[in-house]
Amino acid sequence: MPSKVEGWKDEIYGEEIREHLFEFAEEGWEAIPDDEHDAWFERFKWWGLYHQRNGQESYFMMRIGTPNGVLKPGQLEVVGEIADEYARGPVHNPEFEGAYCDWTTRQSIQLHWIRIEDVPDIFEKLEENGMSTIQACGDSWRNIVGCPVAGKDKHEHVDAWPVAEELHEEFKGNDAYSNMPRKWKVSVTGCDEGCGQGDINDLAFEPAEKEIDGEETMGFNVRVGGGLSRKEPRFARDIDVFCTPEDASEVSAGMSALFRDHGNRDDRFNARIKFLVDEWGTEKIRETLQEEYIDYELPSAGEDRREDYTYNAGRQDEHGDHVGVHEQPDGNYYVGLNVMVGRMGADDTLELADLADEYGSGEVRLTQRQNIIVTDVPEADLDAFLDEPLLADYSPDPHAFMRGSIACTGTEFCSLSIVETKNRQVRYARWLKGNVELPAGIEDFHVHLSGCTASCAQPQIADISLRGMKTRKDGEPVEAFDIGLGGGLGEDPHFADWIAMRVAADEVPGYIANVLDAYEAQAADDESFREFIAARDEDELDALADPKETDYEDPYMHNTKMTWYPYAEDDDMDDRPTPARADGTPISADD
Amino acid sequence: MTIDVHQLDDGAWISVNDTREVNVGDLWWLARHDFCPCEMADFLAEGLVEVGVDPPAIEARIAGQCIACGASGVTDWLTIGRMSDGDFHSVVPESIHIPRRRTRLARPE
Repeated sequence: MPSKVEGWKDEIYGEEIREHLFEFAEEGWEAIPDDEHDAWFERFKWWGLYHQRNGQESYFMMRIGTPNGVLKPGQLEVVGEIADEYARGPVHNPEFEGAYCDWTTRQSIQLHWIRIEDVPDIFEKLEENGMSTIQACGDSWRNIVGCPVAGKDKHEHVDAWPVAEELHEEFKGNDAYSNMPRKWKVSVTGCDEGCGQGDINDLAFEPAEKEIDGEETMGFNVRVGGGLSRKEPRFARDIDVFCTPEDASEVSAGMSALFRDHGNRDDRFNARIKFLVDEWGTEKIRETLQEEYIDYELPSAGEDRREDYTYNAGRQDEHGDHVGVHEQPDGNYYVGLNVMVGRMGADDTLELADLADEYGSGEVRLTQRQNIIVTDVPEADLDAFLDEPLLADYSPDPHAFMRGSIACTGTEFCSLSIVETKNRQVRYARWLKGNVELPAGIEDFHVHLSGCTASCAQPQIADISLRGMKTRKDGEPVEAFDIGLGGGLGEDPHFADWIAMRVAADEVPGYIANVLDAYEAQAADDESFREFIAARDEDELDALADPKETDYEDPYMHNTKMTWYPYAEDDDMDDRPTPARADGTPISADD
Repeated sequence: MTIDVHQLDDGAWISVNDTREVNVGDLWWLARHDFCPCEMADFLAEGLVEVGVDPPAIEARIAGQCIACGASGVTDWLTIGRMSDGDFHSVVPESIHIPRRRTRLARPE
């Protein structure tokens, strides 16, 4: 029996939601019928609007999909202006203040505290400047990810940017693929370092080469059914298909139609294509794709480049996360800037937009590590750019603990999260930087903090994986983490092994310090952290380190989910100033 | 009177008549259960998997884990609240709850 969400989608879904959204915007929040809230909020996701969590009624998160993370000249300024004008809530965040942009692990942008009444103006401004929130959430083609420097990378095997752009044009707003059983995440990568993270996507195009009609042809191998959510992580599986850049659209259409037609619409928990691949196996997936959806004979897989993958492979000789100064093939440079937990204030965003314009082409790119890259900087201007004061806060040469910090949205805004995330990860990184000496040679070390099992911070592919949890301390419930070790991608991707469970949040930095001490004391020469973890069995890993209280102080130990906003002075749910009218005036139950 | 009850946002919360009533993140004490070996499971709700009704009770099966022993899984049916005069009154998660095996399914989510 189709789920209730499917029933709502059958009534109204896709592009047509927009006209209803605009009607509500015109009439105001209170025009949304009380008994239709759930249906409309589910539908609004398709247009990138996610109703914020309990206690924050009438405020929305807005996601802007930027394919491959590319923001063309001028677009960053527009995003900064929108954040500055519209993304302001009733209370400031103590770390990030009043208005900010979040760069996400899927190379998208998230703004918070958006009012439905402002949506038409925001859409107009975005669309005038070539951007959109279309299908940024909901059951459809999500933002297409890939190597963030596609087309500007010396390691490139195929330039995947035109392919990503073509898929974006073809599948955004395409009625045939607008109503899928669940989200549909696609990665297209042409670089030979593996930084498209195809392994954790529903559909992945990875660089490959194959002899076709006697000619060596560059293109992609196709993998299907990766994903991290729900304690059911899967790497995308090889379905033995090669496709040329020209055929990527047809193969994409076929695979997404297969998912549309055969995916599970009865049970949303088991709807992602990873479960269909589990059930069918890769041979049946390939056969069905060939027989029902593709008009030409699919070539078998070509020779891939996975043995060259260094991205997030646990090595230190990689360009890894694109932070730093790197030469482009055209002789200009791209400069990857570290953005702690992916959050940048609106003022800083606007200033960076000016700098990108002044020193580069004005283009910037977002990475899957929540960082931002300024491209096309001439060599002659590099030093002046690197001397800009803003780069002291967003460094191209950050300390490893700052560089490797990723965090999801958390209980600040998200319904699913169990714990506070971004502010805590900022505090963790600062404490670790000040108190823990990294073993010699480690410059790239990842701590990914996710508030729940949805895994938006991609914890399973980090050196240190943190997943939101609870425990009791002195009998009282406190926020905590399950801690995993040794995850990563590369030629042989590996999900982190969950080792220390239910560690109180204020004992996590001490645990990380102890793990690194053990690594330094016990590791063989040149043994990477990931190799060190992989070489030990479960008992050895259990005995590796203990959680420890330190002088790290955590202001978010209480149940932040029970507050209306964790950083409000009066944070009790009964003190919430929501729902509110467009001007922020709270609407009381008597109104 | 019809009650509209379902879970939403990947099981983040349960809606009763379009109002968010039960969220993940709470700790529930479970007694007389077979979720784990603990006499009293100290159960963290991580995902609301299924909802059902046994008038006037609204019930749910919840994914999560016992934070005392670490056992992970999905509970049997737990009463999450009751309807009275058309209003939903939620139970207090940190009080003691007894899961049971059967209830009438609401429309699956």
